[in-house]
Amino acid sequence: MRSGSSVEVRIPSELGFEKVAMSTASSMAALMGFSPERIEDLKTAVAEACINAIEHGNQLDASLNVGVILSTTDDELEVRVIDDGTGMDHAPALPNIDRKMLGEEDTRGMGMFLIQALVDEAEWHQGPPGKSFVRLVIRLDAKEEDGRKDDEKTDKENH
Amino acid sequence: MQVSTKVTQRAATAASGSAVIILAFSGDISSASKDAILSAYHGLESAASPLLLDFTSVDYINSSGIAIIIQVLLEAHKVGPRSIGIFGLSPHFKKVFTMVGISKYASLYEDEKTALA
Repeated sequence: MRSGSSVEVRIPSELGFEKVAMSTASSMAALMGFSPERIEDLKTAVAEACINAIEHGNQLDASLNVGVILSTTDDELEVRVIDDGTGMDHAPALPNIDRKMLGEEDTRGMGMFLIQALVDEAEWHQGPPGKSFVRLVIRLDAKEEDGRKDDEKTDKENH
Repeated sequence: MQVSTKVTQRAATAASGSAVIILAFSGDISSASKDAILSAYHGLESAASPLLLDFTSVDYINSSGIAIIIQVLLEAHKVGPRSIGIFGLSPHFKKVFTMVGISKYASLYEDEKTALA
Protein backbone atom coordinates (compact mmCIF):
# COMPACT_ATOMS: atom_id res chain seq x y z
CA MET A 1 0.00 0.00 0.00
CA ARG A 2 1.30 3.43 -0.90
CA SER A 3 2.38 5.58 2.04
CA GLY A 4 0.00 8.49 2.49
CA SER A 5 -3.13 6.50 1.60
CA SER A 6 -6.32 7.54 3.36
CA VAL A 7 -9.75 5.95 3.73
CA GLU A 8 -12.81 7.53 5.34
CA VAL A 9 -15.86 5.69 6.64
CA ARG A 10 -19.01 7.10 8.25
CA ILE A 11 -21.07 4.79 10.43
CA PRO A 12 -24.50 5.39 12.02
CA SER A 13 -24.56 5.93 15.78
CA GLU A 14 -26.05 2.49 16.32
CA LEU A 15 -24.32 -0.30 18.22
CA GLY A 16 -23.24 -3.05 15.88
CA PHE A 17 -21.92 -0.74 13.17
CA GLU A 18 -18.51 -0.67 14.84
CA LYS A 19 -17.94 -3.93 12.94
CA VAL A 20 -17.82 -1.98 9.65
CA ALA A 21 -14.99 0.17 10.99
CA MET A 22 -13.25 -2.95 12.36
CA SER A 23 -13.34 -4.64 8.92
CA THR A 24 -11.93 -1.56 7.20
CA ALA A 25 -9.13 -1.20 9.75
CA SER A 26 -8.39 -4.92 9.48
CA SER A 27 -8.14 -4.76 5.67
CA MET A 28 -5.82 -1.75 5.70
CA ALA A 29 -3.59 -3.24 8.38
CA ALA A 30 -3.36 -6.49 6.41
CA LEU A 31 -2.40 -4.60 3.25
CA MET A 32 0.35 -2.84 5.21
CA GLY A 33 1.79 -6.17 6.40
CA PHE A 34 0.79 -6.13 10.07
CA SER A 35 0.77 -9.55 11.77
CA PRO A 36 -2.57 -11.30 12.46
CA GLU A 37 -2.08 -10.73 16.19
CA ARG A 38 -1.54 -7.01 15.72
CA ILE A 39 -4.56 -6.79 13.44
CA GLU A 40 -6.73 -8.39 16.15
CA ASP A 41 -5.39 -5.82 18.64
CA LEU A 42 -6.30 -2.98 16.27
CA LYS A 43 -9.78 -4.39 15.56
CA THR A 44 -10.64 -4.50 19.26
CA ALA A 45 -9.26 -1.00 19.86
CA VAL A 46 -11.22 0.41 16.90
CA ALA A 47 -14.38 -1.37 18.08
CA GLU A 48 -14.05 0.11 21.57
CA ALA A 49 -13.34 3.61 20.19
CA CYS A 50 -16.40 3.44 17.92
CA ILE A 51 -18.61 2.11 20.72
CA ASN A 52 -17.53 5.00 22.95
CA ALA A 53 -18.26 7.46 20.13
CA ILE A 54 -21.69 5.91 19.47
CA GLU A 55 -22.77 5.58 23.11
CA HIS A 56 -21.11 8.53 24.85
CA GLY A 57 -20.08 11.00 22.16
CA ASN A 58 -23.19 10.76 20.02
CA GLN A 59 -25.52 9.46 22.77
CA LEU A 60 -26.93 6.79 20.41
CA ASP A 61 -28.51 9.61 18.37
CA ALA A 62 -29.54 8.04 15.06
CA SER A 63 -29.27 11.41 13.29
CA LEU A 64 -25.51 11.58 13.97
CA ASN A 65 -22.67 9.66 12.36
CA VAL A 66 -19.31 8.54 13.68
CA GLY A 67 -16.45 9.38 11.31
CA VAL A 68 -13.52 6.99 11.02
CA ILE A 69 -10.45 8.15 9.07
CA LEU A 70 -7.64 5.70 8.42
CA SER A 71 -4.28 7.03 7.16
CA THR A 72 -0.98 5.35 6.39
CA THR A 73 2.66 6.36 6.45
CA ASP A 74 5.61 4.09 5.66
CA ASP A 75 5.36 2.23 8.94
CA GLU A 76 2.25 3.54 10.71
CA LEU A 77 -1.48 3.15 10.45
CA GLU A 78 -3.42 5.93 12.16
CA VAL A 79 -7.15 5.67 12.91
CA ARG A 80 -9.17 8.68 14.02
CA VAL A 81 -12.66 8.11 15.40
CA ILE A 82 -14.68 11.33 15.44
CA ASP A 83 -17.97 12.08 17.18
CA ASP A 84 -20.12 15.11 18.03
CA GLY A 85 -19.52 14.93 21.76
CA THR A 86 -17.56 17.19 24.06
CA GLY A 87 -14.83 14.61 24.66
CA MET A 88 -13.23 13.50 27.92
CA ASP A 89 -11.89 16.15 30.25
CA HIS A 90 -10.16 13.58 32.43
CA ALA A 91 -8.95 10.04 32.08
CA PRO A 92 -11.20 7.53 33.84
CA ALA A 93 -9.74 5.44 36.68
CA LEU A 94 -8.08 2.18 35.63
CA PRO A 95 -10.50 -0.75 35.87
CA ASN A 96 -9.93 -2.93 38.93
CA ILE A 97 -11.25 -6.49 38.73
CA ASP A 98 -11.09 -6.99 42.52
CA ARG A 99 -13.29 -3.93 43.12
CA LYS A 100 -15.66 -5.07 40.39
CA MET A 101 -15.95 -8.50 42.02
CA LEU A 102 -16.77 -6.85 45.35
CA GLY A 103 -19.45 -4.72 43.72
CA GLU A 104 -17.45 -1.55 44.51
CA GLU A 105 -16.98 -0.63 40.86
CA ASP A 106 -19.22 -0.86 37.80
CA THR A 107 -18.42 -4.00 35.80
CA ARG A 108 -18.39 -1.79 32.69
CA GLY A 109 -15.86 0.90 31.81
CA MET A 110 -12.95 -1.08 30.36
CA GLY A 111 -13.05 0.35 26.84
CA MET A 112 -10.45 3.11 27.24
CA PHE A 113 -8.11 0.82 29.18
CA LEU A 114 -8.25 -1.77 26.37
CA ILE A 115 -7.65 0.88 23.70
CA GLN A 116 -4.51 2.13 25.48
CA ALA A 117 -3.25 -1.39 26.10
CA LEU A 118 -3.72 -2.67 22.55
CA VAL A 119 -2.27 0.08 20.31
CA ASP A 120 1.07 1.92 20.25
CA GLU A 121 -0.47 5.36 20.75
CA ALA A 122 -3.91 6.52 21.89
CA GLU A 123 -4.84 10.16 22.41
CA TRP A 124 -8.17 11.79 23.13
CA HIS A 125 -8.80 15.25 21.68
CA GLN A 126 -11.49 17.87 22.07
CA GLY A 127 -12.39 20.19 19.18
CA PRO A 128 -12.95 21.69 16.70
CA PRO A 129 -16.14 22.97 18.33
CA GLY A 130 -18.81 20.29 18.34
CA LYS A 131 -16.39 17.49 17.54
CA SER A 132 -14.05 15.29 19.53
CA PHE A 133 -11.88 12.41 18.43
CA VAL A 134 -9.59 9.66 19.56
CA ARG A 135 -6.39 9.03 17.60
CA LEU A 136 -5.03 5.47 17.53
CA VAL A 137 -1.69 4.47 16.01
CA ILE A 138 -0.09 1.11 15.38
CA ARG A 139 3.45 0.79 14.00
CA LEU A 140 5.04 -2.00 12.03
CA ASP A 141 7.68 -3.80 14.07
CA ALA A 142 11.02 -4.82 12.51
CA LYS A 143 9.78 -8.29 11.50
CA GLU A 144 6.58 -6.93 9.91
CA GLU A 145 8.59 -4.24 8.12
CA ASP A 146 11.00 -6.85 6.67
CA GLY A 147 8.04 -8.93 5.52
CA ARG A 148 6.49 -5.91 3.81
CA LYS A 149 9.77 -5.02 2.04
CA ASP A 150 10.00 -8.62 0.78
CA ASP A 151 6.44 -8.36 -0.58
CA GLU A 152 7.25 -5.04 -2.33
CA LYS A 153 10.40 -6.60 -3.87
CA THR A 154 8.39 -9.59 -5.13
CA ASP A 155 5.75 -7.25 -6.60
CA LYS A 156 8.44 -5.30 -8.52
CA GLU A 157 10.04 -8.50 -9.86
CA ASN A 158 6.68 -9.77 -11.08
CA HIS A 159 5.83 -6.59 -13.02
CA MET B 1 -27.87 -4.06 14.48
CA GLN B 2 -26.30 -6.07 17.28
CA VAL B 3 -26.17 -9.82 16.76
CA SER B 4 -27.86 -11.78 19.52
CA THR B 5 -26.26 -14.34 21.81
CA LYS B 6 -27.48 -17.92 22.00
CA VAL B 7 -26.78 -19.78 25.22
CA THR B 8 -27.14 -23.53 25.62
CA GLN B 9 -26.55 -25.63 28.70
CA ARG B 10 -25.11 -29.14 28.74
CA ALA B 11 -23.71 -31.54 31.30
CA ALA B 12 -20.22 -33.01 31.25
CA THR B 13 -18.04 -35.09 33.52
CA ALA B 14 -14.59 -34.04 34.63
CA ALA B 15 -11.70 -36.53 34.65
CA SER B 16 -12.15 -36.71 38.44
CA GLY B 17 -15.70 -38.00 37.90
CA SER B 18 -17.47 -34.91 39.20
CA ALA B 19 -20.39 -33.41 37.30
CA VAL B 20 -19.71 -30.17 35.44
CA ILE B 21 -22.16 -27.77 33.81
CA ILE B 22 -21.19 -26.13 30.53
CA LEU B 23 -22.83 -22.93 29.30
CA ALA B 24 -22.01 -22.62 25.61
CA PHE B 25 -22.30 -19.21 23.94
CA SER B 26 -22.67 -18.50 20.25
CA GLY B 27 -22.99 -15.29 18.25
CA ASP B 28 -21.75 -12.03 19.74
CA ILE B 29 -21.05 -11.13 23.35
CA SER B 30 -22.00 -7.45 23.68
CA SER B 31 -24.36 -5.21 25.66
CA ALA B 32 -27.24 -7.00 23.88
CA SER B 33 -26.24 -10.29 25.52
CA LYS B 34 -27.16 -9.38 29.11
CA ASP B 35 -30.61 -10.98 29.33
CA ALA B 36 -29.59 -14.17 27.49
CA ILE B 37 -26.46 -14.79 29.56
CA LEU B 38 -27.78 -13.79 32.99
CA SER B 39 -31.07 -15.67 32.62
CA ALA B 40 -29.13 -18.77 31.51
CA TYR B 41 -26.89 -18.44 34.55
CA HIS B 42 -29.82 -17.91 36.92
CA GLY B 43 -31.58 -20.91 35.39
CA LEU B 44 -28.74 -23.36 36.04
CA GLU B 45 -29.85 -26.68 37.42
CA SER B 46 -27.22 -26.68 40.13
CA ALA B 47 -25.94 -23.66 42.04
CA ALA B 48 -22.76 -25.38 43.18
CA SER B 49 -21.43 -27.59 40.38
CA PRO B 50 -18.26 -26.52 38.67
CA LEU B 51 -19.17 -24.34 35.71
CA LEU B 52 -17.45 -24.00 32.35
CA LEU B 53 -18.15 -21.15 29.93
CA ASP B 54 -17.65 -22.23 26.31
CA PHE B 55 -16.69 -19.46 23.85
CA THR B 56 -15.82 -21.76 20.93
CA SER B 57 -18.69 -20.48 18.76
CA VAL B 58 -18.45 -16.81 19.72
CA ASP B 59 -17.68 -14.49 16.79
CA TYR B 60 -17.22 -11.14 18.53
CA ILE B 61 -16.69 -9.87 22.08
CA ASN B 62 -16.53 -6.26 23.22
CA SER B 63 -15.95 -4.67 26.62
CA SER B 64 -19.70 -4.48 27.35
CA GLY B 65 -19.87 -8.23 26.81
CA ILE B 66 -16.84 -8.79 29.02
CA ALA B 67 -18.67 -6.79 31.74
CA ILE B 68 -21.53 -9.31 31.58
CA ILE B 69 -19.09 -12.22 32.01
CA ILE B 70 -17.64 -10.42 35.05
CA GLN B 71 -21.23 -10.08 36.35
CA VAL B 72 -21.59 -13.88 36.12
CA LEU B 73 -18.32 -14.36 38.02
CA LEU B 74 -19.42 -11.83 40.64
CA GLU B 75 -22.75 -13.59 41.22
CA ALA B 76 -21.03 -16.99 41.43
CA HIS B 77 -18.49 -15.57 43.88
CA LYS B 78 -21.25 -14.16 46.12
CA VAL B 79 -22.87 -17.52 46.88
CA GLY B 80 -19.63 -19.25 47.80
CA PRO B 81 -16.66 -20.95 46.22
CA ARG B 82 -17.59 -22.26 42.79
CA SER B 83 -15.03 -23.40 40.30
CA ILE B 84 -15.46 -21.50 37.03
CA GLY B 85 -13.46 -22.16 33.91
CA ILE B 86 -13.49 -20.61 30.46
CA PHE B 87 -12.46 -22.29 27.22
CA GLY B 88 -12.68 -21.71 23.48
CA LEU B 89 -11.37 -18.16 23.43
CA SER B 90 -9.12 -17.08 20.56
CA PRO B 91 -5.51 -16.28 21.58
CA HIS B 92 -6.40 -12.58 21.24
CA PHE B 93 -9.35 -12.76 23.64
CA LYS B 94 -7.45 -15.02 26.03
CA LYS B 95 -4.97 -12.11 26.18
CA VAL B 96 -7.77 -9.53 26.64
CA PHE B 97 -9.48 -11.57 29.39
CA THR B 98 -6.10 -11.81 31.16
CA MET B 99 -5.51 -8.05 30.75
CA VAL B 100 -8.79 -7.16 32.47
CA GLY B 101 -8.09 -9.64 35.28
CA ILE B 102 -10.72 -12.32 34.60
CA SER B 103 -7.98 -14.96 34.88
CA LYS B 104 -7.81 -14.16 38.63
CA TYR B 105 -11.35 -15.43 39.10
CA ALA B 106 -11.77 -18.03 36.35
CA SER B 107 -9.28 -20.48 34.88
CA LEU B 108 -8.68 -20.06 31.15
CA TYR B 109 -8.30 -23.29 29.19
CA GLU B 110 -7.46 -24.03 25.57
CA ASP B 111 -10.40 -26.34 24.91
CA GLU B 112 -13.09 -28.52 26.54
CA LYS B 113 -10.80 -31.54 26.90
CA THR B 114 -8.19 -29.51 28.82
CA ALA B 115 -10.89 -27.84 30.91
CA LEU B 116 -12.30 -31.21 32.01
CA ALA B 117 -8.92 -32.85 32.64
